[in-house]
Amino acid sequence: MLIVGERINSSRKGIGEQLEARNAEFFRQLAIEQVANGADLVDVNCGTLVQGEEEALTWLVDVVQATVDKPLCLDSPNPKALAAALPRCKQRVMINSITGEKDRFEGVLPLVKEYKAQIVALCIDDSGIPDDDRKRLAVATALVDKLTTNGVPLDDIFIDPLVQPLSVNQQNGLAVIKTIAGVREKLPGVHIICGLSNVSYGLPLRKLINQAFLVLALGAGLDAVILDPMDKKMISLLQATRTLLGQDAYCRAYLQAVRQGKIEV
Amino acid sequence: MRILKRFLLGNKNFTREERKMERVKKLTQALSAGDQAECVTLAKELLAEGADLDAVIKEMTNEMREVGKRFETFEIFLPEMMMAAEAMMAVMDVFGPHLVEGSGVASRGTVLIGAPRGDMHEIGKNIVKLMLKANGFQIIDLGPNVDPLEFIKRAEEAKADVIAISTLMTTTMPGATQVIQLLNDKGIRDKYKVIVGGAPTNPDWAKQIGADGWAEDASKATELVEKLLGVN
Repeated sequence: MLIVGERINSSRKGIGEQLEARNAEFFRQLAIEQVANGADLVDVNCGTLVQGEEEALTWLVDVVQATVDKPLCLDSPNPKALAAALPRCKQRVMINSITGEKDRFEGVLPLVKEYKAQIVALCIDDSGIPDDDRKRLAVATALVDKLTTNGVPLDDIFIDPLVQPLSVNQQNGLAVIKTIAGVREKLPGVHIICGLSNVSYGLPLRKLINQAFLVLALGAGLDAVILDPMDKKMISLLQATRTLLGQDAYCRAYLQAVRQGKIEV
Repeated sequence: MRILKRFLLGNKNFTREERKMERVKKLTQALSAGDQAECVTLAKELLAEGADLDAVIKEMTNEMREVGKRFETFEIFLPEMMMAAEAMMAVMDVFGPHLVEGSGVASRGTVLIGAPRGDMHEIGKNIVKLMLKANGFQIIDLGPNVDPLEFIKRAEEAKADVIAISTLMTTTMPGATQVIQLLNDKGIRDKYKVIVGGAPTNPDWAKQIGADGWAEDASKATELVEKLLGVN
């Protein structure tokens, strides 16, 4: 199970301003907190900057890796920004993301190969965002095929089923859960990752929806997740669910987390 | 109470009018609640009674505006607003064939909408589309991944009033700029109102690229289009 800490993202409240101001201390703190609370990778995203994403992403990479000893997840659809930041990374990175869209695939693939990066593959292709699980699975299958044909190891591929808001289409949650189960069954060896919070967009008490969704997604076979490690309730649910799913021999991790005060009821 | 009133007033015409008013009121309430089946039933009854459809639609449009306000103040949430908009559209399907061509509510203007090249996101665009439709605008949806020139070609063909560009990624935002530049190059910028929106966008950017307006959400987008086209 991989936890990608999502807090360093310019679309989150207040982060954009700190990024414009290049407040290194602020971002160091964000990185330290996330790693202390269980992040295996630290996501860096400055996608809301209309200009200067390349420079900002590179700056974030430098700041974060000088602070914590964890790999980074470079979160950008922009090959130029990725190409600028990748040479600075000291550890192997995860790139978030590639899609089946021709231009984006061809723009990102050379970077994945050159830097032997782990790659998040979003279930989108040139015909758009699939609305049901069958189409998502078909796009995922094609993506895995194309990536492995190009020499990317299966173990480096993280399929993202693409979470869409429940408020807009009430089948969107189920479509993702079914896609996760489908990928698990049909594409053994590949990883499955997703961000959760999109699912609750437009609804009140979003956290509750996100929490229930996490449990369902883990049950279906999710093995990597992009979330806020500072959300203690989420981390608690993640741990309890993994223990329930037989991924925690002697319930050791659960017991340890309880003793360390990391669990909240 | 109503029986008593009728008895006291003893005026059959008035009560029929009153009944109609009652039905319109019920219709707007059902609309607010997003009760599509009830809306359709009431709409059919009003149609059979020969109600003034323009007046009914006006009442409903006002109610939709209230729904939009309640959405903006977090009194109701996105699915509830969408449910009301879909109920509104179901009523329009009932009324549609009976509306007088060129009457005030038949069309309040034509909006061409799409996401620029490289952007596959459609959710935001589709919510805006739904709200505009429910508020009586004609919509031409070009879908996602639209070439700048295609926006213009189709706008010319359809004699659109508004070009609406929705983009969810910073990498595809320049697509909106290109549409405006092309309109300028062709000397037809004044023919259209261009509006933009989407998660990474903001009003400053909209101004900077020379758009006529920016809106934060689907409810605000409807207000914006109404304001730009001077229809209320």
